[in-house]
Amino acid sequence: MKKANFHIVKREPMAWYYNLLVRVISIIASLVVCAVVIMLLTKKNPIEIYASMFKGAFGTNLRIWNFLQNTAILLCVALAITPAFKMKFWNIGAEGQVLIGGLATVCVMMFLGDSLPYPVLILVMIAASVAASIIWAVIPAFFKAMWNTNETLFTLMMNYVAMQLVAFFLKYFVKSGSGTLAPMPDFGLPVIFNQPYLLNIIIVAVLTAVVYIYLKKTKHGYEISVVGESENTAKYIGINVRKVIIRTLVVSGALCGIAGLLLVGGTNHTINTSTVGGRGFTAIMVSWLAKFNPVIMIFTSALIVFFEKGAGQVSTDFRLPDAISDIVTGIILFFIIGCEFFLQYKILISRNRKENDGC
Amino acid sequence: MEKAPAIELKNISKSFGNKYANKNVNLTVNRGEILSILGENGSGKTTLMNMIAGIYFPDEGQIFVDGKEVVIRSPKDAFQYKIGMIHQHFKLVDVFSATENIVLGLKEKGKFNLKTAAGRVKEISDKYGFDIDPLKKIHEMSVSEKQTVEIIKVLYRGADILILDEPTAVLTPQETQKLFAVLRKMRDDNKAIIIITHKLHEVLSLSDKVAVLRKGEYIGTVETAKTNESELTEMMVGKKISLNIDRSEPKDCEERLVIKDLSCIDREGVKILDDVSFTAYSGEILGIAGIAGSGQRELLESIAGLQKVDKGEIEYNDPKTGKKENLRDKTPMQIRELGVRLSFVPEDRLGMGLVGNMDIIDNMMLRSYRKGKSMFLERKAPKDLAEKIINDLEVVTPNAKTPVRRLSGGNIQKVLVGREIAAAPTVLMAAYPVRGLDIGASYTIYNLLNKQKEKGVAVIFVGEDLDVLIELCDRILVIGSGSVTGVVDARTVTKEEIGLLMTKNKNAHEGGTQN
Repeated sequence: MKKANFHIVKREPMAWYYNLLVRVISIIASLVVCAVVIMLLTKKNPIEIYASMFKGAFGTNLRIWNFLQNTAILLCVALAITPAFKMKFWNIGAEGQVLIGGLATVCVMMFLGDSLPYPVLILVMIAASVAASIIWAVIPAFFKAMWNTNETLFTLMMNYVAMQLVAFFLKYFVKSGSGTLAPMPDFGLPVIFNQPYLLNIIIVAVLTAVVYIYLKKTKHGYEISVVGESENTAKYIGINVRKVIIRTLVVSGALCGIAGLLLVGGTNHTINTSTVGGRGFTAIMVSWLAKFNPVIMIFTSALIVFFEKGAGQVSTDFRLPDAISDIVTGIILFFIIGCEFFLQYKILISRNRKENDGC
Repeated sequence: MEKAPAIELKNISKSFGNKYANKNVNLTVNRGEILSILGENGSGKTTLMNMIAGIYFPDEGQIFVDGKEVVIRSPKDAFQYKIGMIHQHFKLVDVFSATENIVLGLKEKGKFNLKTAAGRVKEISDKYGFDIDPLKKIHEMSVSEKQTVEIIKVLYRGADILILDEPTAVLTPQETQKLFAVLRKMRDDNKAIIIITHKLHEVLSLSDKVAVLRKGEYIGTVETAKTNESELTEMMVGKKISLNIDRSEPKDCEERLVIKDLSCIDREGVKILDDVSFTAYSGEILGIAGIAGSGQRELLESIAGLQKVDKGEIEYNDPKTGKKENLRDKTPMQIRELGVRLSFVPEDRLGMGLVGNMDIIDNMMLRSYRKGKSMFLERKAPKDLAEKIINDLEVVTPNAKTPVRRLSGGNIQKVLVGREIAAAPTVLMAAYPVRGLDIGASYTIYNLLNKQKEKGVAVIFVGEDLDVLIELCDRILVIGSGSVTGVVDARTVTKEEIGLLMTKNKNAHEGGTQN
């Protein structure tokens, strides 16, 4: 006779320490699986590989700064998309929104750099990048609010428009034959305490706190949650849903503009079509993994940057193809996301039928 | 005469998380017998039946069919043992005909022939006295016809143990009588029938035996002939409970809300409200009765400013200023800004009235968060309100920080009604406020509505249980297919009269709307 061997049931919410334990175990398990995969594929000692990863992220002072800087930029983009995502507005156009902000920054640097006094230049740069990104974010929001168009496709397409605009800019306004724009560090954001990245990091740290408070403690943040959870409830209590959608994307766009400013004005001092480097998409993962909590996003963005930096180092140290680092990152993320299943469900092994035969 | 047991359950247990849905349930149904499973919402009736129908798998215990132990892991297994379940929510394909739906998913040998299938459907329906056109499309059918299709579907598959989950919830009194006649015929045909219900008078009029569950535990089985309403209630609730609603005479009645010729047209161009006119007075409870989906929701949502109105007027008489305000084409926000204290307990509690993932405090804020000029939220007053409601209405919750979706149906409703009443309304509209609630919680809600009425609030109550409407309301407005088919005095009307009005065709009654 057939019998069920196991079945899956939903579990009650667990205490936080148990929750944490499951996550730690899943990360350890992922490292073990990665080690096995690496050994099988490359015949290298996995401990050495992990050491090399660590070295890649934190090996030198410069690398640590680099790590912090990359974390800050990624975090900034993640902060930007979070209000929209909390409203269930699936904005996958952060890539383009950041890039267009960067383009505005670079234009100000290039065309106004010589003519404006430095403090005014900085203010104009901020205004231009924020304004450009807001426009890029509000166009799909407006269409969504008025005619309920699909924001996912719309924001995705806007990415390509932004990229092509940057390509156009490089082709027609850059005088050098190579088509690359030489960095303009003189017109960049100020350097404080002799650390070129410190200002970026401080700005993002402040923004993290601001976004956290905006989402949790303000009326706007509350409206975002209500619209995201249930549009019907929002209408029922008299929230103007259209207004909230557009207003939230203004906030989201403004933060993307700041990310573009930091990336171009505070880091690269130049632009090309891949300046944002996929952060607009990686940020979605950062935000989701943190369940849209800006404080936890500090850790998730650091984690992802660590993998990127570490894996890059591994492929140079061991002369392995780049793909190996993608495999490692993929496995680890799989475990981190997969452990959510065990936090929500448990598996029951059916008792042996013999036990019940007594009656 | 001893009848043969068709299905037996022994020590069946099932838990979800740490909660027992069923605990050591023992049950026997004989052939040629109708068994009612009686219990309040959340007592585990449906879970138990789902285990027989193969939707859930029991954690412990045994199931016997015709004296042999069986393992039922899927609905397919259940059919193999000739068990068929008619669920509360129908699972039919709208664009298919009755016959097509009935044979859907069957693997029969040979070439499929719709005509023979339709012939067999006709045969079954003649045998038991169903009234159905085998070739009619589902989307053209009434709720009761759809239910008939579901029943024939399981009979067609040869089921001789039938389980019906709350079959009368969507039917008018007349349709219910028809269904019961069919079920009695099936019983006489030696089928075993299990019907899940929480309506006592149905249990008494239909079944041979009654099994009572309470909070997942099996309380006992009694013969219907040897029991009565109060004994069954006591078994169900665990304590003696009075089933009377104190209805006071309405006093100081003034016209509070005057609806004139209200019409709404939906996106497909169908009239969902057709020249509806009525007046709601302060200090009375106006009941609204009708078959589900006859325009009740649209009517309340039009008044609340959530539904586009195509014609007519919604006039509100302000008790303070004596001014008349027209609420038509106003948003909920504008209505509030006019100083109209309109509270609305919508049908969809977690999808509209509350936000399931937010805690009780944040749900309290839905109505009040805009207060004050500051851009920051003020959580002190909502927190006090949440605690007051938890205390006053005896909401069972770990604390005010628990997401409302984790509460039971009755407690969710107490939170919602509590919040709406806390706004000190002059008009209180409640759509199916006791749906899914246990007896105790239902009576809490009735009492709250009655208290509001005594305070001079104009209460509009959309209900589905006609017995309750007759006991609770002062007047009852009956609507059928979007138009008013009658306004009756609840103190003198009978259930059958309301039932007739519910199905009355608008074209049959000349001279426009009554009032």
